[in-house]
Amino acid sequence: MDLHYTAAAPTAQERAAVDQLLGPPTSGWEGGARRPIDGHTAPDAREARGRRHLLLPALHAVSARVGWVSEGALNYICRRLTVPPADAYGVLSFYALLSATPRPPTIVHVCDDIACMVSGAQALCADLERTVGPAGSPVGDGSALWLRSPCLGLCERAPAALQTVAGEQPRSEPIAPASSADLRAALAGVATPAYTPYQLPQHGSSDLRLLRRIGRVDPTSIDAYLTAGGYAALRRAFELGPAGVIAEVSQSKLLGRGGAAFATGRKWEAVANQPEQPHHLVCNADESEPGTFKDRVLMEEDPFALLEAMTIAAFAGGCEYGYLYVRGEYPRATRRLSGAIEQARARGFLGQNILQSGLRFDVELRSGAGAYICGEETALFNSIEGFRGEPRNKPPFPVQKGLFGKPTVVNNVETLLNVLDIIVSGGANFAAIGTPASTGTKLFCLSGHVVIPGLYEVPFGVTLRQLIESAGGVAGSKRLQAVLMGGAAGAFVTADELDTPLTFEDMRAVKATLGSGVVLLLDDTVNLEALLLRIAAFFRDESCGQCVPCRVGTARQEESLRRLAAGRPLGSLPQERALLTEMGQAMRDASICGLGQTASAAIESAMTKLNAFTRTAT
Amino acid sequence: MSVAAARPAAEGVTLEIDGTELTVPRGATILDACRSMGVDTPTLCYLENLTPVNVCRVCVVELEGSRVLVPACSRACEPGMKIRTDSERVRLSRRLVLEFLASSVDVSLASEMQRSMIRYQAQPERFGSAAAPHAAGERDRATPGHHHAPNGERHQTVEQPVKVDNELYVRDYSKCILCYKCVEACGSDAQNTFAIAVAGRGFDARISTEYAVPLPDSACVYCGNCIGVCPTGALMFKSERDMRDEGTWDESRQTKADTICGYCGVGCTLTVHAQDGEIVKVSSPMDHSVTRGHLCVKGRFGWQFVGRRDREEV
Repeated sequence: MDLHYTAAAPTAQERAAVDQLLGPPTSGWEGGARRPIDGHTAPDAREARGRRHLLLPALHAVSARVGWVSEGALNYICRRLTVPPADAYGVLSFYALLSATPRPPTIVHVCDDIACMVSGAQALCADLERTVGPAGSPVGDGSALWLRSPCLGLCERAPAALQTVAGEQPRSEPIAPASSADLRAALAGVATPAYTPYQLPQHGSSDLRLLRRIGRVDPTSIDAYLTAGGYAALRRAFELGPAGVIAEVSQSKLLGRGGAAFATGRKWEAVANQPEQPHHLVCNADESEPGTFKDRVLMEEDPFALLEAMTIAAFAGGCEYGYLYVRGEYPRATRRLSGAIEQARARGFLGQNILQSGLRFDVELRSGAGAYICGEETALFNSIEGFRGEPRNKPPFPVQKGLFGKPTVVNNVETLLNVLDIIVSGGANFAAIGTPASTGTKLFCLSGHVVIPGLYEVPFGVTLRQLIESAGGVAGSKRLQAVLMGGAAGAFVTADELDTPLTFEDMRAVKATLGSGVVLLLDDTVNLEALLLRIAAFFRDESCGQCVPCRVGTARQEESLRRLAAGRPLGSLPQERALLTEMGQAMRDASICGLGQTASAAIESAMTKLNAFTRTAT
Repeated sequence: MSVAAARPAAEGVTLEIDGTELTVPRGATILDACRSMGVDTPTLCYLENLTPVNVCRVCVVELEGSRVLVPACSRACEPGMKIRTDSERVRLSRRLVLEFLASSVDVSLASEMQRSMIRYQAQPERFGSAAAPHAAGERDRATPGHHHAPNGERHQTVEQPVKVDNELYVRDYSKCILCYKCVEACGSDAQNTFAIAVAGRGFDARISTEYAVPLPDSACVYCGNCIGVCPTGALMFKSERDMRDEGTWDESRQTKADTICGYCGVGCTLTVHAQDGEIVKVSSPMDHSVTRGHLCVKGRFGWQFVGRRDREEV
């Protein structure tokens, strides 16, 4: 492509950061020294157009080195990858963890989302405002600043923060639980306090399936994983053959655990049957639903299990390439997985001829950059491909045209981990656990006003009350106001509905959802309206902006809630509530993807079940 | 499944729209089907010569068995589909889309949208009064994931100062409904210049050059194809904008005449718009087999010399 660039040039540092990722430029066309022959030929112009998928990794590389992406750096990335600068700017300006304006090297992202909010995040932010200044303003000598952040997926140790330090040796570390002193130290560039390994509340229980290795098997060693029975499922899968694996998974009636509850066996079979090649596998580890941290724990504490499950899925679906898309806010999970991938490659569990089976499969780790919407599967594809994380219209579905337009299996982390047991013990045995329509066990992320917050694994069909009791019951005032199920896109369950069994079907019956497994307990001191305002602000921030109902609807919804919270509705209270309801319906009916379709769910649930926003100014 | 079995015996697809059965050619969209039977379907981001992006959602229809409404402009007809184009749900979503846009954008020059607003009784004023306009560049500097909490007293809009940074175009983003048409025309649907893209996120999403640099610093080649596809007057010939500002623009006094561009050998058809004997703008017919409505800078703007008394000296 004959591209046009502005005159801005990269600094030596920026250039080095990009070259470290991509290797040195091979011609003047790519931003290297111009050679005489470059006037006559563009050596690999054809290949150059296929490098756009490296755009986000390149933006990450510059950002990790200098803290932000300048015009000169973007020009250089665009030359290297043959991407129009305006397009690349569209991508750069899409992600919350990247910046197109100068920013200090040290950033402390302080979570003020729903789970941290009920655990003191507001006081923490207020304290920072008082002691170091407002969010977004450089503090001290100008080498740091703090920002408010949506959920960081550390809800069991709320309130949470994430420190990122750009430089030659970039660092990214969670701080949780975070005190005001911890955050001030983090802003001063001091290393964050040690992150304690995850303590499983159910540690030692013999009922654990998905969580059984956590805390018992060293997650940094493939030998430990092998000793604990690792890769037995893959060997069994090779015996069964791809069709046999799909048959077991179909028989298990495993439903997707990412929120949409689609039958995994049907998805795999659909991809396996597609004549178009190659097939891709994508593991959706962009866990961003506020209140969700299950996939983070699995990835940090049991990374080899995920790689084994991905290999089985790839074998079944006939996929040669696997992408593991981890949200940018999960540095520890990213490091664990990247170490695990290296060990698996070195030991022949990934690569050309896995375990001499003839299977060729490798996994590439990709990092998100702060965009909830990229958890939507088609937005995730666009993000990997180097485009803005805007969802695509469906149909065509990912099994037909997914990543790079090819048939794609896309599964959530927890879904994939279930496959190991299904293959080892058989689909029928798995289907015997739980209820007939919701088989197996489910992970729940308990946070908020609960005595022992954390990740819990229970068979489907256990009631919400039993789950809460197993976690020690309600904390705080000990008087439960409501439970938010499924996160910001979820719905409330009242104290009267606690005996509802935790299954997909029973939750639907009480107009709630299991969603991603969020169980956020709110005692009766929680300001419900403030929580709903935070949810509305979250959707306003996270809408990709592509379709009108969501782009404008999420902004109007927040404005409407602000008026209601202030007791100053437009017209009368019933009029304002009717307006909100109409907006919710249009977002639900006409938005392109699940974000807009569920952006009003929790708010409507609170209005109908908990009488939120029923007062006017006094 | 064999190839023969996958292909139905008949060449068409039979479906039902508002209770009437009809057969359309394979590959036809629901919008094509609606139009073939005279069902008036509003569109904003759809244009015959561009790839459908289905982002405005004003063309949504109700499809039996589908949880959500589907966009008519891009959804292909499938055998046995049962579609309703005027149900309560469809009317509500269309009305809300129009109200959302009209309450946040200046749609005074979007004539088709104005007609749809009357049809669906859209009342954008029910969101209350509008917030103060943005300062120049303020929307360009918005950071993704962080917005200033509104107080709800006044609703947000995209109103901002007009961008005039060159002699040929004016970009008035207060009128932009973010239909993506200009981005498509600048990109792979027509010009392959890629000078503009959508930047930012959510309500702060906007059409932008890299780092919002002025057009003359960008890749823009001034083909004007973005103007040609803009449905709201956000992108406009400077000549037209100047006349509108002076109050002399009057389409009722304008005539259109087709001619062939004389600049090169391609032979593009130019539609010359003249008012009081003076050329005021140039377009090209959308159904033209060569141009498909698109031109280059010479055809689009190379007429300023016509009628100039001093042209022998120019």
